[in-house]
Amino acid sequence: MQPGKIKNTIPTTEAIVRLYTVCATELPGDVREKLRKSLEKEESDTAKHILKTILENTDLAKKESKPICQDTGTPVFYISIDNTLPLDEIKKHIEAATKQATEKIPLRPNATDPITGTNTGNKPIIHIEQSDQFRIDLLMKGGGSENISAIYSLPDTKLNANRDIEGIKRCVLDAVFHAQGKGCPPYIIGIAIGGNIEQVAHLSKKQLLRNLNDRSKDEQLNKLETELLENINKLKIGPMGLGGKTTALSVKIAKTHRHPASYFIGISFSCWALRRQSL
Amino acid sequence: MTDFTKLNVGDRIQLSAKLFTARDKAHLYLLDNNFDKIKDSIIYHCGPIIKDNKVIAAGPTTSSRLNPYTPELIEKYNIKAIIGKGGMDESVLEALRGKAIYASAIGGAALVYAKNMTVKKQHMPEFGMPESIWELVVKDIPLIVTMDSKGNSLYDDILQNSKNILESLY
Repeated sequence: MQPGKIKNTIPTTEAIVRLYTVCATELPGDVREKLRKSLEKEESDTAKHILKTILENTDLAKKESKPICQDTGTPVFYISIDNTLPLDEIKKHIEAATKQATEKIPLRPNATDPITGTNTGNKPIIHIEQSDQFRIDLLMKGGGSENISAIYSLPDTKLNANRDIEGIKRCVLDAVFHAQGKGCPPYIIGIAIGGNIEQVAHLSKKQLLRNLNDRSKDEQLNKLETELLENINKLKIGPMGLGGKTTALSVKIAKTHRHPASYFIGISFSCWALRRQSL
Repeated sequence: MTDFTKLNVGDRIQLSAKLFTARDKAHLYLLDNNFDKIKDSIIYHCGPIIKDNKVIAAGPTTSSRLNPYTPELIEKYNIKAIIGKGGMDESVLEALRGKAIYASAIGGAALVYAKNMTVKKQHMPEFGMPESIWELVVKDIPLIVTMDSKGNSLYDDILQNSKNILESLY
C-alpha cells in the first residue's frame, strides 16, 4: 500500500498482522541488494561463506514465510497521523495484531519484566507524530544490535573528540570498534547529532527507516555519510566480525538543534537483518 | 563425538550432534543446580522460536553476555564445545585450553540452522521460550571454529587489527 493512500481510514488488525508477516519474513530489497553487492567485493573465504549463507537464509525466509531471525525483535511503530483519525483505535488494532502475529507467524515472545524476569509476550513501542499524510512504519528491532547502540557526549577527552566533524567521526568509529561482531554485521548505522538525549536516541533509530540508497539532502551530512562508511569498512571487522571488507552497508545521519551546553551523538545500530516495512 | 581439541581457528565444520541451548537464565540455573544431562556435551547460545515441538528459527545469540558464567560452566560440566556469535573473552579462552572450543554460528541465519534441528526435550519450560534449556539434535549445521583449545582466538586477531587501523586513521 502506498503511504497516504488510506487517508481517512485506519488499517484493520488483519492489515497490521500482514505488515508484521512481511516485516519478519522478507528482507527489504535495498538491503538484500547491498548484501549481494558486498559478496562480489569480498575476498576472504570466511566472509564470502557468511554472506552466501545470509542470502540463502533470506531466500528461505521469504519462500517459507518464516522469520529471518529467531530474534524477531521489539516491534517499534512510527505512526504519522492527522487529527481526524482515531488514534485509540489504531493502538487497539496494533495491540491485537501483535498478539495474533506472535501466535501465527510465529514471533518469539520477547517482552521480559526486568525485575521479575517474567516473559509477557510482545509489547510494541508506539511513536506518534502529527502529519497530513497517514503512514505507519514498523521496525522489528533486534536485541543484539540494540545492545551495541550508544550515546556520546562531546567533548570526550578519552577519545580526543571535540565538538566538530572530526569529533563526530571519532565517536562513530569508536562505537563500531567496540561493537566488533557482537551485533551481527554488516551493520546499518543511524546517527543523530545534537538535540537532547531522548532526541538523539529516537532520531538515530529513525534513520534506520531510510532506504539505503537515500542520501542526506544536507551537503555536509551527505559527505559525512560517505566518509564514515568508507572509514568503518577500513576497520576490516567484516561480516559477523570474522574479518572482511564489509563491516557496514550504510550510514545515515540527521541533525537537530542542541542546547549550547550539550552536544550529543546518538548511534543506533541495526544488524544486517534490518526488518522494516511500511503501510 | 568429534574430538574438538584437534580443531583450529578458522576451520569450517558441519556439526551433527546433540546439544543444549542456554542463555542468561539457564546459565545461572546450571551453576546453582546439578543438571547432569549436560555433562560432556555442547552448549548453544540460542533462544529459538519453537512451535508444536518444531524448530522454526534458531540462530545464535550474542555470547559475550555469558562470559562471567562460562569458565565455571565448562569446568563443572566438562563442556566440549560452545556455539554462539561474537566471541568470548580472555577468561573463556583460558578455560577452553586443552578441553574445548568455541565455534561461531552465523547470526541471523536462523532458518539455515532450524531446518537441520529436531527437538528432543524442553527443560525448564517455566523460563519461557527463549530462555528454556532446549535439548536439540542437529545435523550438519555450518560452524566456524573461532576460539580453539590452544589459546587462539580469531576475534582477538580481528580486534587487534582493527585497533591498529583505527589508530592509523587519526
